[in-house]
Amino acid sequence: MSLKRYQEVIIKPLIDDNPIALQILGICSALAVTNNLTVTLVMCLALTTVVSFSNLFISIIRNHIPSSIRIIVQMTIIASLVMVVDEILKAYDYETSKKLSVFVGLIITNCIVMGRAEAFAMKEKPLLSFFDGLGNGLGYSLILIGVAIIRELFGSGTLMGYEILPLVSNGGWYVGNNLLLLPPSSFIIIGLFIWAIRSIRPEQVEDPDFKLAKHSTAPDLSKRELNV
Amino acid sequence: MFEHYLSLFVTTVFIENIALSVFLGMCTFIAISKKIDAAFGLGIAVIVVCLITVPLNNFLYNFVIRDGALGSWLGPSFADVNLQFIGLISYIGVIAAVVQILEMFLDRYVPALYNALGVFLPLITVNCAILGASLFMVEKDLMFGESVVYGLGAGFGWALAIVILAGIREKLKYSDIPDGLQGLGATFIIVGLMSFGFMSFGGISL
Repeated sequence: MSLKRYQEVIIKPLIDDNPIALQILGICSALAVTNNLTVTLVMCLALTTVVSFSNLFISIIRNHIPSSIRIIVQMTIIASLVMVVDEILKAYDYETSKKLSVFVGLIITNCIVMGRAEAFAMKEKPLLSFFDGLGNGLGYSLILIGVAIIRELFGSGTLMGYEILPLVSNGGWYVGNNLLLLPPSSFIIIGLFIWAIRSIRPEQVEDPDFKLAKHSTAPDLSKRELNV
Repeated sequence: MFEHYLSLFVTTVFIENIALSVFLGMCTFIAISKKIDAAFGLGIAVIVVCLITVPLNNFLYNFVIRDGALGSWLGPSFADVNLQFIGLISYIGVIAAVVQILEMFLDRYVPALYNALGVFLPLITVNCAILGASLFMVEKDLMFGESVVYGLGAGFGWALAIVILAGIREKLKYSDIPDGLQGLGATFIIVGLMSFGFMSFGGISL
């Protein structure tokens, strides 16, 4: 196993095979927790930890899991990891844990974790799976942090609670865009992110079901009889 | 009493729509909304599973997991047992078990429905709408009767949203969209707009 393979599983999910923008995995939490950069960072950290370690553990016991009950086995491993993360968060950062409410618990059903376990950890060696989990966690974090920066900076003029653009209400000059504070705006921002990624990587573009017909060619005027 | 249940149902379906206001079950919501038929099948499956698992988890929460719940029927020596830390794993266990049992039951007794649902049924285990409904049920501290209505409403709201989205996407394939937005990108933006639309229900008080 060469070093290159490790490099590949970490780098690839960032842009080329991004879990959110291409694989359609783990979108739920991407929307609800992105109005504040601090909360987003905690969420990204929690998810990256869970997906890396669940990949590692599932990969270690992959040859002993009967395929008929594999989903329940994977669920148990993932749920145990999430419970550990949830308890740690409650103990050390209770405020953020309150803001995340059910979303830490929902990492269990976050499809990135399940999807990577099924698609990668069940087939590959433990260490490689760990790095695959890490890469996918980072790919997820990349999109989330991007969305959170846009939403917090232009929505409330702050980043991680520090004032960057002074708001009019505080005597500054910036009028906050309240639209960005509403959760649905993150759908639109992610949609635009996907557009940007696909402009850079045109091979990700989906084929349309129907294409516009070409403009019918103009009749050849030179052959037409003149009716003057 | 009836009015209370009705208002809980309407609140769950429209004001706190589990797909478009709380954003749960988004992965399947976006992945399986290309065709109305498939969306409809998945919607029915989600309604059924929600309707069964939310009351079951409510039962489990009230009699086992809640702080001091064991004491009420196992005697005072269990009165200060608080099992809330195993909540998550119990709920997901119940959901996975119910989905598996439902799959076997449908396969044996209602093969037509089983074939119609096909691959969607096992997929539902990892649908966060289902687990989310159970977690919100705990957070809202619902009674058993309320939890039945809440489960039905949550499933129904999700099904409604995915059928609407599938309808829009079926029409959308005839339109001329910029290359990079084709498919996923456009779907995200549409869901965003739909969700803004559902926010207008937020002003209604029942």
